[in-house]
Amino acid sequence: MSDLLNVENLCVRFEVKRGGMFGKKSYLHAVDDISFAVKKGETLAIVGESGSGKTTAALAVARLVNAWRGKVELDGRDILPLDGAELRRARRRVQFIFQDPYSSLNPRQRAEAIVKEPLDSLSDKPEAEKAEIVARLFKAVGLRPEQQRLFPHQFSGGQRQRIGIARALATQPELIICDEPVSALDVAVQAQILNLLRRLQKEFGLTYLFISHDLGVVQHMSDSIAVMYMGKVVEHADRISLFSNPLHPYTAALLSAVPSVDKARREATKRILIPGDPPDPMNPPKGCRFATRCPLAEARCRETPPALREVASGHRVACHLVPDPA
Amino acid sequence: MTEPLLKVENLRIELKTRNGVAPVIDDLSFDLMPGENISFVGESGCGKSMTALAIMGLLPEGIGRIASGRIVFDGEDLTQASESRLRDIRGNEIGMIFQEPMTSLNPVFTVGEQIAEVLRTHQGLSQQAAWNQAVELLDAVRIPNPKSRASAYPFQMSGGQRQRVMIAMALACKPKILIADEPTTALDVTVQAQIFDLLRDLRKETGTSIIMITHDMGAVAEMAERMIVMYAGRKAEIGPVEQIIDHARHPYTRGLISCVPHILSTITEERHDLTEVPGIVPSLRDFGQNRCLFASRCSHRTQECLDQRPPAKTFANGQVADCWHAEAM
Amino acid sequence: MSDAPALPEETVEKARPPIAEAWEMFRKNHAAVAALVVLILIVLAAIFGPALYGTDPFDMVWAPFSPPGADGFLLGTDYLGRDLTALILSGARVSLVIGLAAALVSVFIGVTVGALAGFYRGVVEEVLMRITEFFQVLPTLLFSMVIVALFGASLPMITFAIGVVSWTAVARITRGEFLRIRELEYVTASRASGASNLKLMFKVILPNALTPIIVQSALMVGGAILFEAGLSFLGLTDPNVVSWGQIIGSNRTYILESPFTVTIPGLAIFITVLAISLVGDGLNDALNPKLRQR
Repeated sequence: MSDLLNVENLCVRFEVKRGGMFGKKSYLHAVDDISFAVKKGETLAIVGESGSGKTTAALAVARLVNAWRGKVELDGRDILPLDGAELRRARRRVQFIFQDPYSSLNPRQRAEAIVKEPLDSLSDKPEAEKAEIVARLFKAVGLRPEQQRLFPHQFSGGQRQRIGIARALATQPELIICDEPVSALDVAVQAQILNLLRRLQKEFGLTYLFISHDLGVVQHMSDSIAVMYMGKVVEHADRISLFSNPLHPYTAALLSAVPSVDKARREATKRILIPGDPPDPMNPPKGCRFATRCPLAEARCRETPPALREVASGHRVACHLVPDPA
Repeated sequence: MTEPLLKVENLRIELKTRNGVAPVIDDLSFDLMPGENISFVGESGCGKSMTALAIMGLLPEGIGRIASGRIVFDGEDLTQASESRLRDIRGNEIGMIFQEPMTSLNPVFTVGEQIAEVLRTHQGLSQQAAWNQAVELLDAVRIPNPKSRASAYPFQMSGGQRQRVMIAMALACKPKILIADEPTTALDVTVQAQIFDLLRDLRKETGTSIIMITHDMGAVAEMAERMIVMYAGRKAEIGPVEQIIDHARHPYTRGLISCVPHILSTITEERHDLTEVPGIVPSLRDFGQNRCLFASRCSHRTQECLDQRPPAKTFANGQVADCWHAEAM
Repeated sequence: MSDAPALPEETVEKARPPIAEAWEMFRKNHAAVAALVVLILIVLAAIFGPALYGTDPFDMVWAPFSPPGADGFLLGTDYLGRDLTALILSGARVSLVIGLAAALVSVFIGVTVGALAGFYRGVVEEVLMRITEFFQVLPTLLFSMVIVALFGASLPMITFAIGVVSWTAVARITRGEFLRIRELEYVTASRASGASNLKLMFKVILPNALTPIIVQSALMVGGAILFEAGLSFLGLTDPNVVSWGQIIGSNRTYILESPFTVTIPGLAIFITVLAISLVGDGLNDALNPKLRQR
């Protein structure tokens, strides 16, 4: 199958001012030259810890923060330079599900108005048809028709997230970007939402860009995974290779840190503790960004940044220590 | 057999709400042995944190109160203890760490001053001695360069380091019990691993008992010997962690374990839907009814679940489950 | 499971408009409810009083300085022998209208400036906030006196003068709310839905920022009434209309001989302004969702 989304050399930087109005400008490179592609109907997960730049990358793909450089191609067409009517057409095809179901719904709008909003702004369908679509969406995400008239605070967290999902589906998008869609929810409710997302994916043939810090959830939801650390993709592979054979020392440490109920896994995995905290993002290390905490780091790691290269079919990694394929 | 360090008997805590009084903890009993790690598990709103606050004597004043039952710590009933005695016990013999390490530290004092303050109040140490010991404690919780970091303010530290400071403060007076309320929920997974590692080592060195409150079954499996599953203010199941994960006797416990996508030792191409526990935790006004409060979300529900509160059923391996169908599970 | 027994009926939450909830919270503030009743009475008196009472406030009906209650005049007469009751009733109209209109002017200016500054940030914010600060440090009474002296003491000009000097508080509050709300996810969600900047500002952010703005503008009505009284006291007023401040101002020379001519309109101002701020306080309770959770 072909790639629906193709991101190339994407960079996002934020201006950081120090010292008031006339202070010196410097830049925080939140996303630093990342590339990835997602096939139609599949799910690519971006995992990483706080400060890795995964959410910024997602917002940039959705044109919700401005990219500094790079390309975001939807079906081969770069959407970053678009504006006006063309941007609106692109927005119809790319929708977003937010992390916090408490702050992502306007408290002054009724549920039906929230779900209808993308239709109001992005389509020119008649009111009657919009109402019909909203009613269908409520059913699709498992809400009752009479709940359309309620306000957000009258819903539980899980139900609110269902409203957020219905809103994202309103314009019949092809790509949905899910930014930590369950991390604010209770565990039992997480399962309900994850099952719903998978069901909707099959039903509507959706493509997901799935942002998460929870490796268990990622393992369940994704077809392939990109691991980010300090604005860089350090490893990118399909689900089974990444989980059964992580090559980057950071990925390995990340996987080993997840507590598990599976006794066999607990006994089989050797915990790799990585000491300390990530370095100051305003002033990243010269070489590999993980070198300051990496248990295997050598002199060259501190000097030259490693490039992301393919070491096995579909398995790419940015580490000097992983040997090239024979 | 040694005496339990903490014995909670038939504890009932009532909370005043808009719709009258609700039992947020309803007939809870458990023992904590010296050096043991016990974990409370459940969704939010099930009364996990309330139990911890009750043991600390920190129930929200005027809103929550202990209606009946006893909390016996080292032979002394804390429900009868005076406020000044409780203050003495808090921090000195029972320490607590919280979920959000940013808001639990005072932003206008350095971390060294805050730890030293605890030592001065509880152990009457001098200024200098308290400071020196604070530096030692920071070293014990593995903060690099403890001498210079002691003069840092909380905002100058990362989330993981602040949580270490909290642990150092809680352990300053070598308490017999450390209560950890979701200690790693706000932290990244690699930092969580560091904190768990630290807690395990400290426990080995000091023999402190730990009560850990969490929603993460994986964390329980890694850290605790026994677990108590709470639902709507009641105990759903209690027992050894291994046994419960292996064969839970309460449908809620089963749901909690199987609704989370775990990383297993072997990854397969095929993925099944997650087991859903439909619905959500009942609201406070439904607490305390004489029926199984989980019945509305349970697929094993029968008429007796709706008619009467299930009795505690004890199994040979030490598991106790409050479910009418525990034997059949 | 099909053989599971039916559950007791679930309680379905009713869709209740927020205004009903706000009223419920407002009702719990007894002082505010009492103040609201007083305020409604004052407004009714201002609307219907002059017509029902009949006496023209400019007519000299009796000897000057007749004390309240004597000679059939409820509140007595002023230094020209005019009926004080009629003056108070007519003055209520002018004072309330000026209070409301001036508050509206300053809310309009303040919200526009604050919204633009908070939404666009950057240079726009820098410039607008410097202008706001400039107006903040102006001596307000002097500045409005200059406006009135330059452009004439007509009612619209007095209203404008009061509005122009008192919008800065609204601008600061609006900007603060906009800065906070624009970072919330539902604003981003609206942007993802393709909303224009204008729609984001006035349909998404402003309704959520309204609570403190409403409370502040309620308080400003009271402030504007006081301000007008101050200007009238100094003689900067339209001599063809009566306002409470003007009654005080014109009788101030006789304050020692007949204190009631000053005290009675003073009390009217006091009661009205107090009622307005108590109602504003109640609005704050009613519209603040954090208090509502309890």
